[in-house]
Amino acid sequence: MTRIFLAPAGAINNQLLERIAEDIKSKLHADVSVIKLNFDLEAVRSPERNQYFSTRLLAQAIPQTTHYDGKILILMDADLYVPVLTFIYGEAQLRGKHSIVSSFRLHEEFYSGEVNEDLFFERLMKEVYHELGHNFGLIHCREWDCVMHSSAGIEEVDIKGGFYCSSCSAQISKALE
Amino acid sequence: MEKVRILIVDDENIVRESLFHWFEEEGYEVDVAEDGETALKKFEKGKYNLMLVDMKMPGMSGLDLLTRIKEIDDEVIFILITAFASVPTAIRALKDGAFDYITKPIDPEELSHIVDKALNQQSLKKENILLKTKIDEIIRPDNLVGESMQMKKIFSLINTVAPTDTTVMIRGESGTGKELIAKAIHINSNRKYFPIITVNCGALSESLLESELFGHEKGAFTGAQYKRKGKFEMANGGTIFLDEIGTVSPKMQIDLLRVLETKQFYRVGGNEMIKSDFRVIAATNENLETQLKNGLFREDLYYRLNVFSIFIPPLRERRDDIELLAQYFLKKFNTNMNKKISDFKRETMDFLVNYNWPGNVRELENAIERAVVVCKEDKVSAEDLPFHVGDVSVLDEGDKSLAALEKRHIIKILQENNWNISKSAEILGIDRVTLYNKLNRFGLKRDNS
Repeated sequence: MTRIFLAPAGAINNQLLERIAEDIKSKLHADVSVIKLNFDLEAVRSPERNQYFSTRLLAQAIPQTTHYDGKILILMDADLYVPVLTFIYGEAQLRGKHSIVSSFRLHEEFYSGEVNEDLFFERLMKEVYHELGHNFGLIHCREWDCVMHSSAGIEEVDIKGGFYCSSCSAQISKALE
Repeated sequence: MEKVRILIVDDENIVRESLFHWFEEEGYEVDVAEDGETALKKFEKGKYNLMLVDMKMPGMSGLDLLTRIKEIDDEVIFILITAFASVPTAIRALKDGAFDYITKPIDPEELSHIVDKALNQQSLKKENILLKTKIDEIIRPDNLVGESMQMKKIFSLINTVAPTDTTVMIRGESGTGKELIAKAIHINSNRKYFPIITVNCGALSESLLESELFGHEKGAFTGAQYKRKGKFEMANGGTIFLDEIGTVSPKMQIDLLRVLETKQFYRVGGNEMIKSDFRVIAATNENLETQLKNGLFREDLYYRLNVFSIFIPPLRERRDDIELLAQYFLKKFNTNMNKKISDFKRETMDFLVNYNWPGNVRELENAIERAVVVCKEDKVSAEDLPFHVGDVSVLDEGDKSLAALEKRHIIKILQENNWNISKSAEILGIDRVTLYNKLNRFGLKRDNS
């Protein structure tokens, strides 16, 4: 069975981690567990942007996870960036082992000031499955119903589907075998 | 479908890597270059659909690279990345052919939007070119086939005159395709969305032609039970093609001249002035200049019609086109008759190419239609053609003797007159008995097969 390891970076509450793990287990039929990695967050923080450089966070995880046989998904509640872009929701190694998702811009408070936990979780899981999809070799999908559809803004995250379309599902199933 | 190829040019490794991953996840084929020189080398090896280039790089700048790349390929989409956004630089970039520019750090939504827009425009442009090519293919009428120098010159004349509103006179023997040339001019003109109305002036009596051209009111003459629009009125916005203009009576010539000058006329039996906006294309196989000299054709009308003249040479003077036309008609009649004749036998084609074709392209078309009907084999043989081809030497123009010339001339006149002996004899200036004697001497007989 494919194994997926959830690695929190910074403050992520345990209840949320458990809820994410359950969702992945039920939908991907994978063995999901939470692991603790050491991140030097200050080293990857840009003081002028007040954001964290995602590629370098992934780089910190790589040497610590060589003995893990499965995919490593880093979860973070702070804002992520790569220097050329203003922000990113997440980053993944295409056909690789590591990925990272930030929940920072998925909170509805960020946009409207209102709390909506269900919407937040829905968005978070979309980004989790999206980045895992890249790890499993999927590229962006043209189908709006598919979670692998590209989403450069929150509206696009909300519009796209919550799971893989049939074509992407088939590729995921093959990769999970 | 071919993958979209993107080249990222930036001196900063982290920018190259980030954008590489961004586009890779989008499913594009991505390549990177650290400076302008490397980008140029990569571009020369293989083309890219889109280039995302940093404006400020050591060595060749993004703008310089833009100029160099556009010299190689004007189609490539060039998007500049700059940390120093300023209106003058942006304007210069856009003037130099950049699609857009984007400032660092890039908003992912903006990047995604610009790239999608650029690629969509490129794809629409390609589609547009493809459609235009298809339209260009369509707007040459079907039967207008020819690769000879003469026909190429005619196509060029059509292209020159079509977009203007100039009156055109098409000259050429019967069957050379004058109506097709008229249609080609019309459908390449700005009037193409309106009709082209053809009037065969030679086929109608003077009174009928008048009613046909100008229309008539109810009760204008016996049999005029209904009001009817004339061809000039029907041609409003489009083109009127006056075929066999040389046969028009002197009275009609005056009426025609007035209409051509004023674009106004009355229906026969009508009081209402009708205005119509039409272009005139006229055609004739007659020698109008001779008619002019003999007072049979009005000089003013002649000059009004003969503004731009196109002469279609007879088929025998453009033998290079015969094989092409024959193959075209074979394909056409194969389709029409659901036949599968693959080709012509070599000797058949030799005959077709050497024959004089007094009836020109129309005669060739009829000959091939007949051959396709009777052909029982995979290839058209000489026997399938509606000619007496046992003595092919009859058609050999290589023989310059007076007897051969006489023989060729007699055949030509007979064919032009559908083997009407009396009429041919009259044209040849001999009596019927003499013509019969000559036919016997030359071994000529009409092939009835």
